[in-house]
Amino acid sequence: MSARSRHDLIVIGAGIVGAACAEAAAAAGLRVAVVESGAIGGGASAAAMGHLVAMDGDPHELALCVYSLQLWRRWAAWPESEHRRCGTLWVAREDAEMDDVAARVEALAALGVRAEALDARGVQALEPALAAGMKGGMRVADDAVVYPPRVAWRLIEAARAGGAQLFAGARAECLVDGGVRLADGRVLHGPVLVATGVAVPELLPELPMRARKGQLVISERHPPLLRHQLIEMGYAAAAHGADAASVSFNVQPRPNGQLLIGSSREYDATGTDISLPLLRRMLQRAIAFVPALREVRALRSWCGFRPATADGLPYLGPVPGRRDVWVAAGHEGLGITAAPGSARLVIDALLGRAPALALAPYLPDRAMRGGA
Amino acid sequence: MKQRRFELLVVGAGPAGLAAAHAAARRGAKVGLVDAQPRAGGPVWRHDLRFGVPAAARAQIEPLGAAGIEWLPGHEVVLADDHTVVADHADGAVALHWRKLVIATGARELMLPFPGWTLPGVTGAGGLQALAKQGWPLAGKRVVVAGSGPLLLAAAATLRRHGARVLGIHEQARRSTLHAFARRLWRWPARLAQALELRARLAGVPWHAGSVVLAAQGDETLRAVEVDCGHGREWIECDQLAVGWGLVPNVELARLLGCALDTTAVHPVVRADARLRSSQADIHAAGEALGIGGRDCARIEGAMAACFALGDERGGEALRARRDRERAYAALLHAHFAPGADAHALATADTLVCRCEDVPMSAVHAHADPRQLRLVTRCGMGACQGRVCGAALRELRLASPSLSPTAVRPPLAPVALAALADGPSDEPEQGNDP
Amino acid sequence: MNTLVLSVDGVPVEVPDGASVAAAVAHRGPVFRRSASGQPRAPLCGMGVCFECRVRIDGVAGLRACMLLARAGMRVETQP
Repeated sequence: MSARSRHDLIVIGAGIVGAACAEAAAAAGLRVAVVESGAIGGGASAAAMGHLVAMDGDPHELALCVYSLQLWRRWAAWPESEHRRCGTLWVAREDAEMDDVAARVEALAALGVRAEALDARGVQALEPALAAGMKGGMRVADDAVVYPPRVAWRLIEAARAGGAQLFAGARAECLVDGGVRLADGRVLHGPVLVATGVAVPELLPELPMRARKGQLVISERHPPLLRHQLIEMGYAAAAHGADAASVSFNVQPRPNGQLLIGSSREYDATGTDISLPLLRRMLQRAIAFVPALREVRALRSWCGFRPATADGLPYLGPVPGRRDVWVAAGHEGLGITAAPGSARLVIDALLGRAPALALAPYLPDRAMRGGA
Repeated sequence: MKQRRFELLVVGAGPAGLAAAHAAARRGAKVGLVDAQPRAGGPVWRHDLRFGVPAAARAQIEPLGAAGIEWLPGHEVVLADDHTVVADHADGAVALHWRKLVIATGARELMLPFPGWTLPGVTGAGGLQALAKQGWPLAGKRVVVAGSGPLLLAAAATLRRHGARVLGIHEQARRSTLHAFARRLWRWPARLAQALELRARLAGVPWHAGSVVLAAQGDETLRAVEVDCGHGREWIECDQLAVGWGLVPNVELARLLGCALDTTAVHPVVRADARLRSSQADIHAAGEALGIGGRDCARIEGAMAACFALGDERGGEALRARRDRERAYAALLHAHFAPGADAHALATADTLVCRCEDVPMSAVHAHADPRQLRLVTRCGMGACQGRVCGAALRELRLASPSLSPTAVRPPLAPVALAALADGPSDEPEQGNDP
Repeated sequence: MNTLVLSVDGVPVEVPDGASVAAAVAHRGPVFRRSASGQPRAPLCGMGVCFECRVRIDGVAGLRACMLLARAGMRVETQP
């Protein structure tokens, strides 16, 4: 049953990261196969907020974000991206949260990211809908919002235009010597790049990955209320925290007038049902920042599973102990931002080119040494 | 948030829900009956502001308070949690706690896309009937009724009563099909009598079999419709087009409650056992939610569901024979009036299928995966959350956003974020004790 | 039959008591709202499923006119 097909690269998983890898590989002249069991961009990419953000909680994470944000400029021009440069406004509710703002602004500036600190009057003036009593904030004007599923779709279409072969509705069952066997028995031959997010351990059991469930709510179209994506100052800490269940405030004005409200994080919650108590906590926090949200009408809630590694950095690069197996997965809540950068780094490495960033912090070796 | 507690909560106050509530009240249960509409009766017994409702409906609706049923009109169930639903209301959300629940959420009309179907002036057949009963201006308006099924006759009769000039009724089924149907009606003499009575009331209204409305035309509103009567096409100038293709069960609440659905037929129904119990132990279902069966079936099943929910096995079993008869009639209806190939082929590439997000049919054809269809085109992501386009695409046997396992998410209808943010236990319980 | 008066887009409209807000709007004009791409829309299903009848009532947007009874003095605004 194994058709003798030979590819230069078999990308497993067509979320935004896998799709980006497929597009980059096809553009580099490789004969690419893409294997996707469900909808293109249908996993975490579909659940994501689509926030392009210079996330500065960790230097390696920030470096990847900044590199990737530069590459995002090419995709931003596509109508599918629905890209809008609304900027991020980080908001501090407590004085203590303002302590490191100056340092953050400086660190971002050193990487070429425009950021400005704001005092209480400053944030209020930028976003009058904020509750009274905010202590200040930080504005990163070049951050943006996009619509990831259509970007993933466009990337796959671009890859196909470049000769890539899409195996839609096909599930990769296991890696075999020299390729991958699909659930229907077909074997695809060639180097493999695993970009299956949360499902990475199914094909690569040696790479630990945890699902970090998140819930969101989107509103009906609403007259303009917010200009920026708002996010609370302590967001990165929550993202890197180890709490079983936590909420952190962010809200996004979408170009079509809908408001997208997040976020929550739950470890070890595998069900796809919406937890109403956690949704409540999340919304109560959001309302504390933007009281007018109480009257905004919710249209729908949903959930998704962020792929989380132990140190919060993705796995990018060759998988040690295996021949011709690569991985690009584990971006937690930054998959959308980091997609083009991750793809570029991995494909460059695969082609023997020097990647723009040193891969060392992202190599999967660290997880297997117990270092992740 | 206000709270209420019930032994049995019935969601939906159409014939099934009313019957369930009365049966429960007669057995001494503390029962709540909730409906999003301001009045009970559902679409079938919609209060007609000129002509009221039939006596049978009055007998069910008027004595709700006297029967000890707590009636909650204008309450739309939007959230479901363990043995609790949250209903939105003009005065704020209310948490309704229940030990047993009967899903009596009824059905909605199946709308099929065709060129011009989004024009103001084009409605469902049952849709215009409902609007008419609530005062829609129809005096002297020229109305074309089209689609398929006995609902067309009932709708036409109502429209006429409200002063409309019904220019014609265009039934898609062929004459031969209709004769075959009529020949089988001898088993249900009351239905036959009803059909003849309706035909008599519609004397003078041209009635066409094997006839389909192909398109609606107009700038800002409907001006004319194009009809294919089987012997050529013609344009008919009119003010309203009431086009209905039968009914589709409302299973969204059931899905939200975690009840399994039966998807063997084109449109999913709530899966229930012989005692009308869903896959969830404390949840029963009755009426159209179990499959389109009509008013009389709904009444019997409503009573049955309440009986079984409250442990009255004998009471439930006593209704089984009548119920089976009614379900047999429903099967007959479906066999003769399901939309045919002509109805399926009306939409062109430009015809919108998702009205909420303005997604054309051409976009649908590009995606075989229902989730992908939704994500890439936004089909099903708008205000109606795929209720209209989802049913249409299922009928057309195409990928449908409603086929996705996560198609139904809270809230079931748009509701202020406050209702999601305020927990049920934020306020002490009001009034009633269990 | 009793009637009541409400305003639709600033224009007084008289309807029978028991009429829906949708009926009142239809007395004023055929277009209730504009779709995502600006097309004229009006009620389709008459029972709260299609959301084509959304109007603003007394300042609250997004309400389905077919689900609500008209009340004297209501201020209804369409978004034509």
